[in-house]
Amino acid sequence: MRRWPLIPMLILAVFVVTGLFAPLIAPHDPERGDIRSRNVPPFWQEGGSTEYLLGTDHLGRDMLSRVIYGARISLVVVAVTLGVGAVIGVTSGLVAGWYGGWLDELLMRIVDIKLAIPTILLALVLVLALGQSFLIIVAILAIAVWPRFARNTRGEVLQLKTMDFVALAKVAGASTPRILFIHIFPSVINTLIILATLEVGLVILLESTLSFLGAGVPPPTPAWGSMVSDGRDRLAVAWWISTMPGVAIMLTVLSMNLFGDWLRDQLDPRLRQLE
Amino acid sequence: MQRYLARRIALAVVTLLAVSLIIFVMSRAAGDPRHVYLDDYSTQEDWDRLTETLKLDRPYYVQYAIFLKDALKGEFGESIKEGRPSMEIIIERLPATFQLGLAAFGFSIIVGVPLGILSAVKRGSILDTVGKVVALVGQSAPVFWLGLMLMFLFAVKLEVLPPYGRQQASSIVLPAVALGWFYAAANLRLLRSAMLNVLDSEYVKLARAKGVSSQVVIWKHSLRNALIPVLTFAGVTLGGLVTGSLVVETVFAWPGLGQLAIQALVGNDYPLLQAVVVIFTLMYVVAALLVDIMYAYIDPRIRYG
Repeated sequence: MRRWPLIPMLILAVFVVTGLFAPLIAPHDPERGDIRSRNVPPFWQEGGSTEYLLGTDHLGRDMLSRVIYGARISLVVVAVTLGVGAVIGVTSGLVAGWYGGWLDELLMRIVDIKLAIPTILLALVLVLALGQSFLIIVAILAIAVWPRFARNTRGEVLQLKTMDFVALAKVAGASTPRILFIHIFPSVINTLIILATLEVGLVILLESTLSFLGAGVPPPTPAWGSMVSDGRDRLAVAWWISTMPGVAIMLTVLSMNLFGDWLRDQLDPRLRQLE
Repeated sequence: MQRYLARRIALAVVTLLAVSLIIFVMSRAAGDPRHVYLDDYSTQEDWDRLTETLKLDRPYYVQYAIFLKDALKGEFGESIKEGRPSMEIIIERLPATFQLGLAAFGFSIIVGVPLGILSAVKRGSILDTVGKVVALVGQSAPVFWLGLMLMFLFAVKLEVLPPYGRQQASSIVLPAVALGWFYAAANLRLLRSAMLNVLDSEYVKLARAKGVSSQVVIWKHSLRNALIPVLTFAGVTLGGLVTGSLVVETVFAWPGLGQLAIQALVGNDYPLLQAVVVIFTLMYVVAALLVDIMYAYIDPRIRYG
């Protein structure tokens, strides 16, 4: 057995805790800056101060507080997106796998089509047409994640439905919803957990990319992607504005991926071959 | 094989139709297109003329049919900002995007493949560690941030490469590396695990037992088989480079289609945006189709499965 991925799990714990308790942890208001202290470097550089550990941005806002609040945005987006995406995906996967026939064909072709459309482009079109709001961003990301849940669940159901315990449940007179949710669903959970952990990184990257392009959660909310974008034209003067939130994204995604790999090895060695 | 091909082509066509439908619905959901073209100084005649040219007095399904017919001819209406056909602007931008995509693809192969082979053959060595770092960074760092960091290091600090634009030949280096890194990482990981699997297989053991030299075992017996997943992935790469160019071209002010899409987005230039989206999706779908065909050609199990 591989040992626990200690450092990634610590980083993830920090991510979740700072996200949950951002208002208690952040030393400053993330959206209000002090105009007199703009572009203050991080504390270890000349001119930096311990007042602003990671420095301030071009509007004098504390970088550390913004990164902390950014964790909160990412956390909420990930939780809601994966929640909605998983429910839609799992339900359609269960139904498609169980009933087969034209319903299966229809649902799986929708999945194929969705996977064949570049997500970011689709997102840009939707944002331009419908406007920029938290709800729309979450909807777009949920649309992006559900197909994989559907496809994986369906695959599992196809195998499971030929098994004896399902036949017995049928004979015992269990209704179809009961068989699907009480008997089959628990056997799919392992796969879903693994899939979900691997999707977290993807959602964070997608969300931050949209924010970076100006199509994410609307400002002044401090999303990591838009913070990187804030510092774009100021690399020579204030490198930390772009660097800090990027480091946060990378560490979170990296930890999540390493944790997901480990979890996969623990729960289901078969999946290793699917990569 | 024919049946497989027919299915793939049908899927590609349906995908394009789906995208065109989404774009059509969204363009209507975005509000009355007449408001986009006209301003406060326009007269009632302007309004009526536009209603006539855009066929807005017809039912929606007729409008969609007209939209499809025009799209097939490559007509997506005039860009609001530039006042000339969207397709014309796109064609001007295409070479830059292809150039960048090709360079990034090259980078992903040149870095990913040798590192992947070497880290499998020399497992646990320093090379393997280097490979791991390249792979981890590539798969976790957001492309836009990676681009900015490369720019900061090589253009701002070391001043060895131009930070943005497309004026010099060396301008392409940074965007290509930023765009290609993720795929280099993926190639590396894929090839490494495929090589490890093959090196552990019975036929490689047999070859070794028969006294075949190590070089031949690695380069001939193992690599050929290990390359299949990499080839499959090449298609995903081609498609992904399309989307990736949106971000990288914006970061490096590379005058291609990706930058155009973002400009259209920021400038609310809907006719231009929908044209770019259709072209992008077309490239994406065609790339996927080509790979499916190539893959079926290489791996007989797909053809007959």
